[in-house]
Amino acid sequence: MTAKREPVQLPLPGLDRARAEWRQAYESQVPGEDARSNRSGIPIKPIYGPDDWDGTAYMDGLGYPGQAPFTRGIHPSMHRGRPWSQRQLIGLATPEDYNTRMRGLLDAGVTALSLIPCNSVYRGFDVDEVDIELLGTCGTTVNTVEDMEICLDQIPLDQVSVALNDPSPFTLLALMMAVAKRRGTPWKSLTGTSNQSDYLSHFIANHMFFRLALPGAKRVLMDHIMFMNREAPRWNPISVVGQHMQQGGATPAEAMGLTLSTAIQYANDLVERGLSPDDFLHRFSFFFDISISFFEEIAKFRAGRRVWTSIARDRFGAKDPKTWRFRFHAQTSGVDLTRQQPLNNIARTAVQAIAGIFGGLQSMHTDAWDEVLSTPSDEAARIAVATQNILREEAHLDDVIDPLGGSYYVERLTDQMEEEIRAVIDKIDAAGGMYAAAEAGVVQSMLGDSAMAFQDRVDSGEQTIVGVNKYVVAEDASHRPTLERPPEDVMNAQIARLGRFKAERSSDAVSKASDALVRAANHAEENVFGAIVDAADAGVTHGEICTILRRELGFGQPLVVA
Amino acid sequence: MTATTHRMPLARPPKVLVTKIGFDGHDRGSRIVAAYLRDAGMEVVYTGPWQEIPFVVNLALEEDVDVIGVSSLATDHLLVPKLMDALREAGLGHIGVIVGGIVPDDEEAVLKDAGVAHVFHAGSSREEIVASIEELVHTVRAQAA
Repeated sequence: MTAKREPVQLPLPGLDRARAEWRQAYESQVPGEDARSNRSGIPIKPIYGPDDWDGTAYMDGLGYPGQAPFTRGIHPSMHRGRPWSQRQLIGLATPEDYNTRMRGLLDAGVTALSLIPCNSVYRGFDVDEVDIELLGTCGTTVNTVEDMEICLDQIPLDQVSVALNDPSPFTLLALMMAVAKRRGTPWKSLTGTSNQSDYLSHFIANHMFFRLALPGAKRVLMDHIMFMNREAPRWNPISVVGQHMQQGGATPAEAMGLTLSTAIQYANDLVERGLSPDDFLHRFSFFFDISISFFEEIAKFRAGRRVWTSIARDRFGAKDPKTWRFRFHAQTSGVDLTRQQPLNNIARTAVQAIAGIFGGLQSMHTDAWDEVLSTPSDEAARIAVATQNILREEAHLDDVIDPLGGSYYVERLTDQMEEEIRAVIDKIDAAGGMYAAAEAGVVQSMLGDSAMAFQDRVDSGEQTIVGVNKYVVAEDASHRPTLERPPEDVMNAQIARLGRFKAERSSDAVSKASDALVRAANHAEENVFGAIVDAADAGVTHGEICTILRRELGFGQPLVVA
Repeated sequence: MTATTHRMPLARPPKVLVTKIGFDGHDRGSRIVAAYLRDAGMEVVYTGPWQEIPFVVNLALEEDVDVIGVSSLATDHLLVPKLMDALREAGLGHIGVIVGGIVPDDEEAVLKDAGVAHVFHAGSSREEIVASIEELVHTVRAQAA
């Protein structure tokens, strides 16, 4: 435990006098109170020195990268030997469009893919169940094993890592496993991540995703992890999402604390299922927001690594040091971007990205500057990728591991963020864990209060937002991109294809697999995710699977906390 | 400081339905706007996300609201013209409709053509939103009278 470390008074000759002289000189330039605090509410002093952090606890709190508690990074070589991966989210209208783009990227040397489905897929519907205006505007329309075969045509599934944005009940993964089975690609060779598997964060903070009532969602996630652990052990079945919490209003410290509490909940649930922490904790990964609060974000990530180590090692008693390593993906925050003077967003994203890099992330998505105006244009998406390349290869931010380690300020702030994070975890523990806290609305209230408090700071002008509440200029709208929506005939063709698929599939196989899914949903000893994979393989569609589960396991409306 | 100081005060406070239709679930903005309106003394009927158009129309009728505010951050604004049609069919064409969130410039015109009174983009101020809605409520009630 390093959180409660008291500052040590060093016998540095002359320190007290020098500090007193500085204080007097400082106050002559800054008369009166100039109280500042960061987004997590931690007071920020004008300077930090040896009385804030003296290095005597170096081996307890820091050590070297690749060594517990991993404050300085999870890999011995960090970005020199393990460069962060540039994982831009990609979803295009039709499966054919997606496949063309992906094969282009593979030819260019990319080794990891991502798949973002259309919002209709997120919400649990097939293309023939929704308003056509909304189809294909944000991602790829994937409903059937045939759609998935087209998406993955000529893509070697045993050689590329695939990140699926695939909320419960993990139908995209089921469709992909059905494709692998048809091709004879062993499931054990599949690598990738079930992004958006964290149903608690969806229930609390991001209502983009299909949802079952909490008990059903818990059941499906546990079955999914158990199934993948057994059948595809190289797959990361869970990514715990702090991003939703922070985008929903949580302060950086709250977002980290709530995310770790969510991971504790899932780990407890798996232990209850009879697994040992050493069997699964090394497959937990995390996903965070990077706001523009630069030092606070760096300290958030450094403190998060330290707290996770103590959770895995001390709280769960995991022996394998691999389980103590806090692996995370991060995305620059869209909340900080502005519609006013939108090219300024390129600068904001760069600052956020630097914080993420200095914070020691494993992979990163940089937002496009026009995200606040529309779905990103090609040019803006290119600039977002270029930003990462500039920071790495022109500015050489990967030269030194944890370059801010040892900074009086950053070390003190890391300790303070750790205290705040642990306080949030204690609060959730006291509420009975994350599941109970979400059910009772405790977390939703916390997020609502913090969102409002931040908005008040913006409304009062205490927090400057350039172009919004200060430095406002008459706008030239010519930089604003125009957006092309997918033509309606393209989406009509998708609907027609789904109709053909349904007409041509074996109705016998579909009804057997659907019945089996109903049975599995109603029998706790069966694995419901295994039944979803079988159903996908038998030709049951994404929307049909979601309909069955919605009926059998109950639908989960968001809890509206006023 | 509102645009309505020169008018007769309203007989009863403005009543606003704050909702989201379609698929998008980002609700930070709609929650903050609902709080702004309550703070300004308005009566707010708030729904969670994913509402269907017939539900919104019925709720507007039952609650007798002056204004419907639709929040959209991921293309759901494209459904708003359908909402406008449904309101007119239900005889509720007098209700003022506003949209807030991410609406591309070229699609703002489509919404205005469909009868949307205001589109509030990211960064709109509390004062601007509250004042515009008060003004709109005066117009709506004058038309209904």
